[in-house]
Amino acid sequence: MRQAWQVSAVPIASVLLAIVVGGLVILASSIIIKGSLDFGLPFVAYGALLEGGLGIGAPTLDATINALTRSAVAAAPLLLAGLSVALGFKAGLFNIGATGQFVIGGLVACVVGAELATWSPWVAMPVALVAGALAGAAYGFIPGLLKATTGAHEVVTTIMLNYIAVLTATALVIGPLRAPGYTFDRTADIGNAGLPVVFGRDLHLGVLIALAFVPLYGWLVWRTTLGFEIRTVGANPSAARYAGMSPRRLIIVTMSLCGMLAGLAGTIVFLGQVRYYPATFGTGIGFEAIAVALLGRSHPIGVLLSAILFGIMRAGAPLMQIRADIPIQIIDVLTAIILFFLAADIIVRRLFRFRAAKGGVEGDVAAVSRSYGGETAR
Amino acid sequence: MDFQVLYDIPLIGLVFQLVGYLFEVLPRIAPGILAGATPIALGAMCGILCERSGVVNIGIEGMMLTGAFVGFATGSIVAGMVPDGPETNAFGITIPLVAAVIAAILSGMLLSVIHAWLSISVRADQIISGTIINIIALGLTGYLWSLVGTDLDSGGRFDKLKPPEGLIDLPVVGPILDMFLDQGPIAFSLIFIVILLQVLLFRSRWGLRTRAVGEHPRAADTVGIDVILLRYRNVIVGGALAGLAGAYLTLEATGSFQTGMTAGRGFIALAAVIFGRWTPIGALLAALLFAGSERLGIAIALSPPQGQLGDVLGQLPNQFWAALPYILTIVVLAGVVGRSIPPAAVGRPYAKEGHD
Repeated sequence: MRQAWQVSAVPIASVLLAIVVGGLVILASSIIIKGSLDFGLPFVAYGALLEGGLGIGAPTLDATINALTRSAVAAAPLLLAGLSVALGFKAGLFNIGATGQFVIGGLVACVVGAELATWSPWVAMPVALVAGALAGAAYGFIPGLLKATTGAHEVVTTIMLNYIAVLTATALVIGPLRAPGYTFDRTADIGNAGLPVVFGRDLHLGVLIALAFVPLYGWLVWRTTLGFEIRTVGANPSAARYAGMSPRRLIIVTMSLCGMLAGLAGTIVFLGQVRYYPATFGTGIGFEAIAVALLGRSHPIGVLLSAILFGIMRAGAPLMQIRADIPIQIIDVLTAIILFFLAADIIVRRLFRFRAAKGGVEGDVAAVSRSYGGETAR
Repeated sequence: MDFQVLYDIPLIGLVFQLVGYLFEVLPRIAPGILAGATPIALGAMCGILCERSGVVNIGIEGMMLTGAFVGFATGSIVAGMVPDGPETNAFGITIPLVAAVIAAILSGMLLSVIHAWLSISVRADQIISGTIINIIALGLTGYLWSLVGTDLDSGGRFDKLKPPEGLIDLPVVGPILDMFLDQGPIAFSLIFIVILLQVLLFRSRWGLRTRAVGEHPRAADTVGIDVILLRYRNVIVGGALAGLAGAYLTLEATGSFQTGMTAGRGFIALAAVIFGRWTPIGALLAALLFAGSERLGIAIALSPPQGQLGDVLGQLPNQFWAALPYILTIVVLAGVVGRSIPPAAVGRPYAKEGHD
């Protein structure tokens, strides 16, 4: 229990601090929104956030349940993408490519799903899911291979691949993958390949799939040989090499798994919610996933809780915009502030007088910068 | 000389057609290439300053974006406060624009102070720190733009210099001079910044100290160089350059702002740094290559080459040309990184002996 506290102290404190600072940002914004300083605005805003995301203070039970399912649906892709980034961190890799992997996974899932739209759902659904996951894995394989064989640091290659993925998807959906008969460029409907709603108005199967990966991740990382190798190469590549492991192979395998997770995130969003792929699709999930992974300290339970937190924020933001006139981008600001405090944990620790326990993120991500200069794994 | 014979050779003829096309179109798009290379090159100068000192700066993208937004917003606000002055100077310089550039530079420096503090003093992982800078920049600019964007009119835009006819009509030198002269002030100053940095980095005392700190900070410390202070100063100056790059985007290239408009240029700048072997001139050439690929695509789309080559290239969707700089960046990184030698101490935080 004490260890759990030590590990989560700084993240929890960072979130609390961010809420306060975020409130100040909202307060400052009130000058522009209302014309003068409105001290009530932060409370209205946060109140709306809680109501839209958690159903606290909602008028009916129905509204409360809808808020909760909305948060769950928003949290599911963040959970998978967060696990994707977290797994990378375990191996000393920084997977910023979750956006690209998400897009590719979603696109392939939609295309395969559309092909199987009239088949039995028992066939169409799993095939589309697997197709999306594999596509994501393939897209994660690319930067993994590049890093393992040429030393090209995944930070830059994955970001480049993000842009390439979005452009490629757009080109494909405008061109060969375009479904006829619609007023805008999009793929065909996925029909029976879609994920069914299992609870409430919109909580679809994808949420359960995402949840299933929490114990799976834990099992992989702490109960398999591969997980042990991943952790070793992340902590000390030289020691891993000395022990007979192949950092090169591990980089490729890990990045592919990361790609699979992020691709699956895209898959469940498109199969469960959107149900087709539009030509112009933008998402900032890659950066949010980084925040989720860092806040969750790359631990499956931490990532789960962080994803839920961000899911609540995402789900509650529209109501906040309606009630308080605050642009929904405030969530991005809050995310950024949380990350800042995580990195500057020294501020957090001094403010809250924590002991010098390893609360910061350096422990989680020590190996990431080490490989920047191109020292190739051998 | 009639090259048609060469063009008609099957398959290989395509290569000749391409070369011929390039000869014809490059002089026309050369000024555009330098203009497009400006933000990448300025970002690369920032990257060189930081990495030569031993600090990885992934946050160039965020600093650029912030500079772009702050520059635009400042220009807009100041233009609303100041009456229209006489606009008779060569670059179209006005008070709002000057204020905007200064504000953009300062905002870049502010972000770089945060990055410097996190990387040098807190000794957080530098790539994480840089990424956080990017997320902060994206979040804040997006939020502020949603808040006030509709109320901000453009504060103006720098004009390009009109080079004298006599100069650009010269046979070989002409197009090259045209490329450097037919620019707005920020792009125009790029060549001077690059040369200045090249000279300073390799021929001045500051440059020697900087490189020493980047290679072996412990040794540099032993001979009395203040490693921490030098790193702080260089990172902050780098931030100024990144802010200037952002100012270019909203005050010279266009007269407007869009969320996320930097579109990865800050990261392409990092590839330019590596490709140029951490030298300013090398990075400039790399930036020209990256920008050139995109401009070439636009040229091909607007005035396609004749004959066979045109048919082949016409098949490629527009998005291919937009993606080309990103693809090139990966190709460059894959081909060059393993073989290039970065400053030895890059990415590693420095702690004075006896402290901690």
